[in-house]
Amino acid sequence: MSGRVLVGVKRVIDYAVKIRVKPDNSGVVTDGVKHSMNPFCEIAVEEAVKLKEKKLVKEVVAVSCGPQQVQETIRTALAMGADRGIHVEVSGKDYESLGPLQVSKIMAALAKKEEAQLLILGKQAIDDDCNQTGQMTAALLDWPQGTFASEVTVEGEKLKVVREIDGGLETIKINLPAVLTADLRLNTPRYATLPNIMKAKKKKITQVKPSDLGVDLTSRLQVLRVDEPPQRQAGVKVETVDDLVSKLRECGRI
Amino acid sequence: MLGLLCQCCRQILRPWNTWQAGLRSLSTTPVPAEAAGVVSSPPLQTYSEEETMMREAVKKYAQERIAPFVSKMDENSAMDKEVIQSLFEQGLMGVEIDPDYGGTGSTFFSSILVIEELAKVDPSVAVLCDIQNTLINTLFSKLGTPAQKDQYLSRLSTDMIGSFCLSEAESGSDAFSLKTRADKHNDYYIINGSKMWISNAEHAGVFLVMANVDASAGYKGITCFIVDRDTEGLEICKKENKLGLRASSTCPLNFDNVKVPEKNILGLVGHGYKYAIGMLNEGRIGIAAQMLGLAQGCFDHTIPYTRQRVQFGKRIFDFQGMQHQVSNVATQIEAARLLTYNAARLKESGRPFIKEACMAKYFTAEVATLTTSKCIEWMGGVGFTKDYPIEKYYRDCKIGTIYEGTSNVQLSTIAKYIDKEFDH
Repeated sequence: MSGRVLVGVKRVIDYAVKIRVKPDNSGVVTDGVKHSMNPFCEIAVEEAVKLKEKKLVKEVVAVSCGPQQVQETIRTALAMGADRGIHVEVSGKDYESLGPLQVSKIMAALAKKEEAQLLILGKQAIDDDCNQTGQMTAALLDWPQGTFASEVTVEGEKLKVVREIDGGLETIKINLPAVLTADLRLNTPRYATLPNIMKAKKKKITQVKPSDLGVDLTSRLQVLRVDEPPQRQAGVKVETVDDLVSKLRECGRI
Repeated sequence: MLGLLCQCCRQILRPWNTWQAGLRSLSTTPVPAEAAGVVSSPPLQTYSEEETMMREAVKKYAQERIAPFVSKMDENSAMDKEVIQSLFEQGLMGVEIDPDYGGTGSTFFSSILVIEELAKVDPSVAVLCDIQNTLINTLFSKLGTPAQKDQYLSRLSTDMIGSFCLSEAESGSDAFSLKTRADKHNDYYIINGSKMWISNAEHAGVFLVMANVDASAGYKGITCFIVDRDTEGLEICKKENKLGLRASSTCPLNFDNVKVPEKNILGLVGHGYKYAIGMLNEGRIGIAAQMLGLAQGCFDHTIPYTRQRVQFGKRIFDFQGMQHQVSNVATQIEAARLLTYNAARLKESGRPFIKEACMAKYFTAEVATLTTSKCIEWMGGVGFTKDYPIEKYYRDCKIGTIYEGTSNVQLSTIAKYIDKEFDH
């Protein structure tokens, strides 16, 4: 395998920020809030860069969909070692309703256009927790998928993928080209060192419109309402196991 | 975009450049279309994309790779080897060094941001980085012959720490009355004397030593010599047991007939005093950044506590007395930040900056002292214990009013400039 890897990176609200719901319950507050690259996307970038360092792939291309600000996220990927970036311009209402279906259509179109051999995504984004984009993209491309990957090994023209599943670990072998989604333990993403940040300035980011890729961004979903999770209620302490069982029965829990 | 409001205005796509001469910079805030093309006066806290990325990268790195070691390093009065190594790996020790020599190739303002971010986590690590970047690297870059640059710059950016040796037991503020001699013989010099209060000495691989080649010429005999660590006759004595900045080694040095070849003179003979003054003018902005980071880091640790701690049925933050104190300190930190950033931008743009640099260093050191003292009070009893990081900031800040030019020296220098301003 010596081809091109496409890595999807999403700009999300930073994991450390306390999320607040907008007063009109239409969404969460994003204005003036710190954003960064989705942690699982960082792991995806790291895996792609590692493959390049092992000389198993030739080029790593970072892709992000959204308004102007996502270029920062692409720059971070470049500073981690990606070779170039593609910014798919989506803004305004389209961006608000952008979801896995639309992104997977974009990714599939780009994978074909860039003649990618491998597509690596984070398993899910920490804002919507959808866990769908990788799977949908694979289906649209009719490519095999190795999702929740915690270990990836190249074996000739195939990939051996160890997946984290509910029951433990599953090892599969899939043909290339393929889609992978990165899980937490796949690797530890590197820091963007200062020299690499400087080098990233010289790397190219091309702008593309979804219409150029023939993608229809219409959403099939409509967000009706966003609410805060219910306040955590105080618990009750009990003295014995019998008390516990009877209390649970009272609440209708068992 | 961090902390800056994203509005739904059309954003102007600009080439991704670094800060250029003058106050014009590339704002990451969206600008309304009609303002494009007008020379703007952006706020001082406007950073290029590169500066923002660097600051974020250092913040993350400092939190994850330095913070866990801070307490131990302070207790043992020793800088952890892994911390030093990772500083080099991240490219923080050669921010302005040319990439040809393995450096990052960025700007002075970037190093200021780096020092500030490091100081928020550990001022000792920040001072190590500050001395390397603003004193050692700058001296070599500006004055080094091609051979000297080849030999040292790539080491300084990758694995070698440098020390700047000016002060002696009998000459601190009165730096140019230094007594260390360098006697000329043919094509080499013999250095005899001793230095005091030399930072980084424990780990330094190279020492820039200010010695006098001609005592009769007074300060005009002071010359800068490059002395490698393993030179015979150079003794690095036991480090001081200090109140603060404990992880940063501060050692006396002895020079016993240390033989240094003529080619190891940095710059010109007898010009050492000029170089020292020049470098220290810049170095003082670095120290201002360190004190600024220290104050901010201490403050950032304290406010969450005041918002959590409840007494008399409300958060201690909600008491008016507390709010007034907190706001006062926050205002002073902001003023200190603006003084520091402005001095750095002035220097970068090639404009006169010495008065502003003195003001920045003097003011931030005072603000750091005030902030840390108040933070301990706001934390109450726990602020007084070593279980919380506040008392370390309190101890660390004191040196700010003393080293790289005492506050009194700064004030005298500022007065000199004010006097000159009213000359006509």
